[in-house]
Amino acid sequence: MSTNNGNVLEVKDLRTYFHTEDGTVKAVDGLTFNLKRGETLGIVGESGSGKSVTNLSIIRLIPSPPGEIVSGEVYFRGQDLLKLSEREVRSIRGRRIAMVFQDPMSSLNPFMKISRQLMETTELHLGHTKRQAREHAIKMLETVGIPDARERIDNYPHEFSGGMRQRVMIAMALSCEPELLIADEPTTALDVTIQAQILELIKTLKRVTGTSVILISHDLGVVAGMTDQLIVMYAGKAFEQAPTRELFATPGNPYTKGLLRSVPDPTDEQGKLYQIPGLPPDVAHLPPGCPFAPRCERAEEICHREFPPFVQLTAEHHSLCHFAREVFEESAGGGSRTQQH
Amino acid sequence: MNDDDPTLPPGPDKTEQSTPTLGAPLSASVVAPLDDAVIHTPPEMAVAEGDVRSYQEGDIVGGTSLWKDAWHRLLKNKLAVFGLIVVSIVTLASLLGPYLLKLITGLPPDYIPGDAALIKSFPPFTAPDGSFSWAHPMGTDRQGRDLLARVLQGGQISLMVGIIATLMSLIIGVSYGAVAGYLGGRLDNLMMRLVDVLYAIPYIILVIVLLSMFRNQTPRGQLILLFIALGSVSWLTMARIVRGQVLSLKNQEFVLAARATGVSTPRIIFRHIVPNTLGPVIVYATLTIPSVMLAEAFLSFLGFGVQPPLASWGSLVTDGVQNIGIFPWQLIFPGLVMALTLFSLNFLGDGLRDALDPRMRKF
Repeated sequence: MSTNNGNVLEVKDLRTYFHTEDGTVKAVDGLTFNLKRGETLGIVGESGSGKSVTNLSIIRLIPSPPGEIVSGEVYFRGQDLLKLSEREVRSIRGRRIAMVFQDPMSSLNPFMKISRQLMETTELHLGHTKRQAREHAIKMLETVGIPDARERIDNYPHEFSGGMRQRVMIAMALSCEPELLIADEPTTALDVTIQAQILELIKTLKRVTGTSVILISHDLGVVAGMTDQLIVMYAGKAFEQAPTRELFATPGNPYTKGLLRSVPDPTDEQGKLYQIPGLPPDVAHLPPGCPFAPRCERAEEICHREFPPFVQLTAEHHSLCHFAREVFEESAGGGSRTQQH
Repeated sequence: MNDDDPTLPPGPDKTEQSTPTLGAPLSASVVAPLDDAVIHTPPEMAVAEGDVRSYQEGDIVGGTSLWKDAWHRLLKNKLAVFGLIVVSIVTLASLLGPYLLKLITGLPPDYIPGDAALIKSFPPFTAPDGSFSWAHPMGTDRQGRDLLARVLQGGQISLMVGIIATLMSLIIGVSYGAVAGYLGGRLDNLMMRLVDVLYAIPYIILVIVLLSMFRNQTPRGQLILLFIALGSVSWLTMARIVRGQVLSLKNQEFVLAARATGVSTPRIIFRHIVPNTLGPVIVYATLTIPSVMLAEAFLSFLGFGVQPPLASWGSLVTDGVQNIGIFPWQLIFPGLVMALTLFSLNFLGDGLRDALDPRMRKF
């Protein structure tokens, strides 16, 4: 048992593989990170980079078969979740670790009233009676800003708009006051104005309840203002890991730089949008070298041949690249991006 | 959407174009040239309009549940409404009829007259002396029993066979299929292969073997055996249907969300997933009732079904067939009632399918 020294979550060398007919897909391959109490960790990456699988692995919801958590340790408050029985994990899910999913349209059961879905959680975990659960559910709906919560609670999901549904999902996730909230692209399916509201809501609730948050997103803009730590994932590996501010200011990885450059800049009117050339690799058949090498601007011969090292740049800044230090110094020494800020 | 579109000419077909919100099908008419005065309503748009109207009339704008919605669609289907009415009437008549007749005539439905002169077949509306009489509107059978009373009594058992076997199919089939579908893997394989094996055995033979194994039963005992026999084969298709539904549902995000809140597996299966399969289940259950009733009639016809003094429509038809040339009413009346009921149940089932099937939904 590790002592938690302020960490709510410690993930050590997590490896989740999917055994498919096409070969073994290493969806998450050796991920290590810590999450302190009250902090927010962002995980960014393209589709298929292993962001969601990471989080499903943490609460052991990987469909198995074909999925398998091959190795790793996930200490949640000093308790290795991967060693618990299914029953013990179930008592943690929803109670101490809660999740908000990407698509609020499909993550609420269309055949159950909102009230029943909300009440189920607290009846299950807090032993509420029906009446207590109902009152609690109404209170939660009010907390997340649903008007006329008392009347709306007996509606069906389809009677809510997308943003409202996501609020309901957040209410459900927070109703047992979890220590860790995992938000898997909570705003991807929503339009921009609603996105801002939902993010603001998560931020506020986080401040009030002191919950730690893991925020998954493919949108750098979303994670920039929300997170304390950031992990950039590519092909199942952490490509760069750093405090958010530092990562944005001085990226130490060509992939991160590419991602930052591809964020559209509204002040730059005639500027062409930058895009990283090529497509994400087929994770079942990775090349022997760096998985990003075929798309990398500064890839050299060694990149195609050897797997890059995970270089420590500063105390908390790591980057998976043969030229991590050079890239880092380039950024620090006045790269084009940093000058703009 | 319609209002924003300047290309739509104002014309005599204004009323046809007054769809207020459902503008999507209109895109077809936007393509039409400007000078085309009469825009032909495409068939799918006519349907959309019908929907709009029903929303305006039936003030169900606020809080339309799926069921309310389906109910409204069902009421628009004339055949289904006809079926619903006939089924209700037949059910009510079968449930209450024998008791009403007993109140009126003071005789139980399977009463055989004591007077030997009355133990014979009388045509409908005929008194023993050949004059007109209301005593037996459907005539009597060979033993002088009132055929109307027998048909109503038979209806009780026929409907009961249908309903009980369907209930068994619901209980066994739904839970079996849901468990197999949700748990998946090897267990699913095993469970469904068992269903395949049972499928491969002709059910009539299974029932006949079962019934002849316990031959010397009281009529009531044999009836219970019939319930068991028909129920034990009628759940197979239900299990397959539910399994298929569950397979497509279990990967939906709301199931993952439920698991992520720590809901236990049985609860997920029966409280989160099974309610979502209810549409197809209800439809199939409604269609199972007539098919089971038909199977019962078939078995009774072969002599394996309901034994006298109990009666079912099947056994009454069997009796009627024996004297078809001389006393045709003994075949016609039970046959007619049975056929009408089966028709109606099938209409109702089809109507329910149209009302509940998501692919048929028009919005």
